[in-house]
Amino acid sequence: MFGDFIPLFIMIALATGLALTLLKAAEIIGPKRPNRIKRTPYESGMDPIGSARERYSVKFYLVAMIFIVFDVEVVFMYPWAVSFHDFIEGGAAFGVMVVVTIFTVILLIGLVYDIKKGGLDFEQ
Amino acid sequence: MDLSQAFSTMAADLPAIFSMSVVTVAGLVMILQESLSENDRPIPWIGVGALAVAVVWELVHLGDPAGTAFFESIRTGGFASYINLIVLGSGIVTIILSVPYLDHIKHAYGEVYAMIMFATVGMLMLGTANSLVSIFVGLETMSVCLYVLTGLIREDEGSVESALKYFLLGAFSTGFFLYGIALMYGATGTMYLPEMQGAVPEGSIMFWAGVALFLIGFLFKVSAAPFHMWTPDVYQGAPTPLTGYMSTASKAAAFASLILVLFYALPDERWSLVLSAVALVTMIIGNVLAVSQDNVKRMLAYSSIAHAGYVLVALAAGTTEAYAGAMFYLLIYAIMNLGAFGVMAMLEWDGKEGRVQSLDSLAGIGHEKPLLGVAMGVFMFSLTGFPPLGGFMGKYAVFAPAVDAGLTWLVLIGVLMSAISAYYYLRVVVVFWLADAEDTPEAQAASRSFVFAGIPVKATIALCAVALVVLGVYSGGLLEMTFGFFEEGMMAATP
Repeated sequence: MFGDFIPLFIMIALATGLALTLLKAAEIIGPKRPNRIKRTPYESGMDPIGSARERYSVKFYLVAMIFIVFDVEVVFMYPWAVSFHDFIEGGAAFGVMVVVTIFTVILLIGLVYDIKKGGLDFEQ
Repeated sequence: MDLSQAFSTMAADLPAIFSMSVVTVAGLVMILQESLSENDRPIPWIGVGALAVAVVWELVHLGDPAGTAFFESIRTGGFASYINLIVLGSGIVTIILSVPYLDHIKHAYGEVYAMIMFATVGMLMLGTANSLVSIFVGLETMSVCLYVLTGLIREDEGSVESALKYFLLGAFSTGFFLYGIALMYGATGTMYLPEMQGAVPEGSIMFWAGVALFLIGFLFKVSAAPFHMWTPDVYQGAPTPLTGYMSTASKAAAFASLILVLFYALPDERWSLVLSAVALVTMIIGNVLAVSQDNVKRMLAYSSIAHAGYVLVALAAGTTEAYAGAMFYLLIYAIMNLGAFGVMAMLEWDGKEGRVQSLDSLAGIGHEKPLLGVAMGVFMFSLTGFPPLGGFMGKYAVFAPAVDAGLTWLVLIGVLMSAISAYYYLRVVVVFWLADAEDTPEAQAASRSFVFAGIPVKATIALCAVALVVLGVYSGGLLEMTFGFFEEGMMAATP
């Protein structure tokens, strides 16, 4: 069964080799004309201000929690919505609805908690 | 598969997860109460109520025959009810002890109790798992909540340090665990424990490599040497009642799950030598390092490593009697340790640098607080394994089957190590009762403003102590019951 994986290993070796070769080639062949602007860190087009080692407001984490609520929701809801038609045909529409409702309610409670704790309250 | 059939099967299986559902719903209600209402007072008692309902349910179902539910991913019946009772009972004790403690250190957040509930759900799933996936989901649900609870006192450096260590090492061990599951699944093509036994290809290195990684993940969670390094730091930094919870319920659930794996999936005797070696190292490291600890919580952490070693002796023996003994020991151990950590939680105060737990600062405390002093005496004697108490019967139930299985050398070391343990356990009793506060500068310097132990707390600690005495005298029935779980499982496994 080890033999079955040989094409995979060849593939991995090729991919790694190609990536390394290209990087090295760019370093050797490419022209180098550095100036101050080119050397500054890239921050989406903004001029960098101050040090990057700052403490973040805890607000960011609350926003991140809201993001996770919706992120997890989409991960499960999208496949569910796509295959819902099959469930109706299989006669399991009610059961699937119940399960997804439970799931959504649990996530909703997380969202309520986060908002009540001031997750969207940027004033203070 | 017929889909409509699947959902009616699931609906019929709902009683199997009654405890999990009740505890989950209570946790969600607690979260809502915390965020929507200003009044946090009822939150812990919602939790205690839900756990009590689940306890009653599991007591009623203690005699049920073994079975599976939810397409064989969860086990039901006596074994499941027994381990669920240990977890749920520990949850109740922890919440009751946490209320005054968290008030005292001014960290009485409602979320703490909700986290305890969610951790309990994870443990319920872990202890009743019948497939590798349920084990993993249960283990992670439990661990993630415990990581958060460990770092509860976030302005205390020790607490943050312990949470970070626990999280990083725990995440690392999860990696081992998951890779082990992947290899085991790759070799056998099944996730279900009872099916795995027959599906192991002869001489498959992949499978046994998977088992090794899988065991590493488990041994980390039960803090067996050489995967024990995190235990003292984490136990010391975490809030004391929650340390008690971590050291009892999570270990009991993890051990129960390990027993299920060994009993159903790997009845092959090949892992016995590995577990004996781990048990040997664990008992020696736990007991020897506990001797030199000044801090009571660190001492109890090393003692919990040592006790994991005793349980591993039974698992190494691998007979039905040994598993039954291990299950009995888990119950006794949970009661002893919850009680010991409970007493320590009540005897802690805010010192200048974080929380003081040094033993010398508690000199002569037994005369000041006789109930806590006497209870601590019972817990310490029981942890040592003195005859009339539960700890002795527990150790006997673990060691006797190991001798029958031919592990006499291991049991010999175990008994020797228990003798060493008498030194550090009894030192606590000596300092509590015989040392004089006037002669001890540390006890003089401390302000000694203790947590106010109300009637619920005192009753709980007293109940733990009484339970140890009762279980020490009347243990035959319980041992027979735990034995019955495996007899029944044996018959079910060989049709």
